[in-house]
Amino acid sequence: MHPDTIATNLRASPTPEPLSLVADDVHFAYPDGHVALRGVTLRVARGEKVALVGPNGAGKSTFMLQLNGILEGRGRIEIAGLPVTKRTLPQVRARVGLVFQNPDDQLFSPTVFEDVAFGPLHMGLPADEVRARVDRALDLVSMAAYHDRQPFHLSMGEKKRIAIATVLAMMPEILVLDEPSAGLDPRARRGLIHLLRSLPLTMLVSTHDLAMVRELFDRMVIMDEGRIVADGQTDALLADRALLDAHGLEAP
Amino acid sequence: MASIMHILRASPLELFGLELHIPDGFLNLPVALICWIAAIGLIAFAVRRTQAELGERQIPLMGIMAAFIFAAQMINFPVAGGTSGHLLGGVLAAVTLGPWAGMLVMASVIGVQALLFQDGGLLAMGANILNMGLITALIGFGLYRSVIGQGMPVRLAVVGVAAWISVMGAAFVTSLQLWLSGTARLDVVMPAMLGVHALIGIGEALITVGAVAFISRARPDLVAAEQYTGHTDRGWMIGGALAALAVVILSPLASADPDGLERVAEDLGFLESGQSAPYEIIPDYTLPFLGETPLSTIVAGVIGALIVAVVAVLVARALSSRAAASR
Amino acid sequence: MMHTHLLDRYREAQSVIHRLDPRVKVVVTLLFIVSTALLPDGAWFAFALSFILALSCSFLARLGVTFALRRSFVVLPFALAAITAIIAVPGRPLFMWQIGGTTIIGTDAGVVRFLSILARSWLSVQMAIVLTATTNVPDLLHALRHLRVPEVLVAIVGFMLRYLSVLADEAARLLRAREARSALLANRRGGGSPGWRARVAGYMAGQLFLRSYERSDRVYNAMLARGFAGRFLAINPHLMREHDWWALAVTVVALTVVQLAGQGFPPG
Repeated sequence: MHPDTIATNLRASPTPEPLSLVADDVHFAYPDGHVALRGVTLRVARGEKVALVGPNGAGKSTFMLQLNGILEGRGRIEIAGLPVTKRTLPQVRARVGLVFQNPDDQLFSPTVFEDVAFGPLHMGLPADEVRARVDRALDLVSMAAYHDRQPFHLSMGEKKRIAIATVLAMMPEILVLDEPSAGLDPRARRGLIHLLRSLPLTMLVSTHDLAMVRELFDRMVIMDEGRIVADGQTDALLADRALLDAHGLEAP
Repeated sequence: MASIMHILRASPLELFGLELHIPDGFLNLPVALICWIAAIGLIAFAVRRTQAELGERQIPLMGIMAAFIFAAQMINFPVAGGTSGHLLGGVLAAVTLGPWAGMLVMASVIGVQALLFQDGGLLAMGANILNMGLITALIGFGLYRSVIGQGMPVRLAVVGVAAWISVMGAAFVTSLQLWLSGTARLDVVMPAMLGVHALIGIGEALITVGAVAFISRARPDLVAAEQYTGHTDRGWMIGGALAALAVVILSPLASADPDGLERVAEDLGFLESGQSAPYEIIPDYTLPFLGETPLSTIVAGVIGALIVAVVAVLVARALSSRAAASR
Repeated sequence: MMHTHLLDRYREAQSVIHRLDPRVKVVVTLLFIVSTALLPDGAWFAFALSFILALSCSFLARLGVTFALRRSFVVLPFALAAITAIIAVPGRPLFMWQIGGTTIIGTDAGVVRFLSILARSWLSVQMAIVLTATTNVPDLLHALRHLRVPEVLVAIVGFMLRYLSVLADEAARLLRAREARSALLANRRGGGSPGWRARVAGYMAGQLFLRSYERSDRVYNAMLARGFAGRFLAINPHLMREHDWWALAVTVVALTVVQLAGQGFPPG
């Protein structure tokens, strides 16, 4: 399939917005008082692939959970022009494809088909549309034969792919992945990198895997202590030893 | 504060929904103590059986599964207009862990809910454990056991029915206990409880069936017949069926014809109305109370509350010992 | 990543109550609840005395007077059931309703019964809250063990509490994952049928069940590897000291006074 066809198939909105993600001065503190985000400002253009790196506790996961409203902070967030508010949450969730770090948290149906179909079914789509989307999504992650398999019995690599498929079926505007390559053996990791390269979606990927970052992502954003401390070309940032050191990173 | 706001926004379904944790003050001392005795008896029996069946494995297994039930009760599903359904879990615990381990697991959950979270009283804990943990597990296992040899669709259907009946049974017994304690009028609280829990029971049935379906697909060994080699067929089948029948038959009796039950109670001297001196249903909270009113009345009322659990266990044991003797 | 604040009912503080032997605290709480249950309807003076007792405990435990008060509004559904006591107890009629063909009569004794139930319930919850707030979990378990609760049950509860936050976190993440995929399109209704939603909730529970079950296998193996052979051994750090006996004695005396007040002594 030609990448452009995939792209048009995947996008749901008819009039493309230039910016997939707009985050303006986002603040967030957990109920127990811990301040996780101290004014995060980020813009991601359509089709861009951005890596989000930083030490544990920097606020990467917390920020990602702001994007589809699971956590609500202060500040403006817009997904393809749609502001993220309480009222718009159901539509926002169709646009943000959030994949958690642990696929076991994400796969909760007895069969792969049912898990991937959950999103479209919840959206109220007719049965044949649901089936078409599931097929397309599984195709994209190269797991077309897995319809009737049980997610519970799959390997970590397979589960991660299915987890990605579950959000692809909703045709999101932006794919947000939390530590996708964590826990994968080299072969599964290679497969994942290949998959991410092939998907022409806007992507925001949080990861410790700087080798993968160098391979896949032109733009890198470094977060530390709830703030963005660097945002620029991956190669340039990875060459800045002092910067990496200061934020607990090691060049690959 | 959050709880007040929650209550003010709640719908009637939510207010009564699976709110079977009786706080202290709503059961009088005799009822609470009798329920404690029944609960302790069943728990003691369950402890011995699990010791025999599982040995040392039992503690980490049941501890973690108790934590599972607690966590699983957090899993909700939206029903309508802001209300959501939850899982109680008695039937799930019994079908997957066996009746005795299931009962211990549920008892631990309910005990901790009362002790740490004030969800249910301390004096009333015996009744709560009996209603929500022991009776539900017995009904669930009893009914499931009777169809263990059948195909999956039949078993799932029976699990669903058992889950619904377990919720109804718990609501039924709770209403009886409230009435016997003089806290509420039977002809009001019983239909209300049963009516609300008839709907909630459907949610319990669907969640339980979904969970058992998932588990039996991924790990069929955890719900298979081989697990229950220690129990005899007929005892459980008959006991479970009797328990379910008792609930089903007694509920409409109590709710549809409240005058009937109250008239019987009046005839037996339990209730007197229209007298100049107020005759208290429970005149004193001390032992003399048992002597003042006919013992048969008390026994009749208490049996109504405990019949589900006691009958199931007694019949099961009687039949199993007879079956063992005849071999 | 996320923490469910489930077990934060314990309030760290240095107070007379905190320092009491946990067995004493459990027994005192139970005695108080039983005493409250024994008080007859309408024993307002005795209820007030009990309230003062509960308040003093709350104060002595440095909880702040409003701490326990705030958490006691949990009994609403049963309060609604108890309202029917107003029309259940024979006595002097206060009001009458005609509903359909039946007459509902509310009596003074009924109102007294209802209010007494509320009072007993509220008092019991107060004391229970003081118990939980001043006794941490390991101490509570020790207390249960010493009060002859079977070792098996105490061990099960111990394990349960240990893994409660772990499993609750897993449940919360499952709920989040479902939320993240619960999208709606602007131009159509969705959400699925309640039956489907219930089934999915069941799947989630089933998944959690299997993960928990297999986790218990791993825990059991870890225990075996450390020499577990079926029995738990615990060192008893609790010895009854003088102030524990005093607390017990004071409680018994105070509750006796309450009971006497409830029975109408002194008369008049």
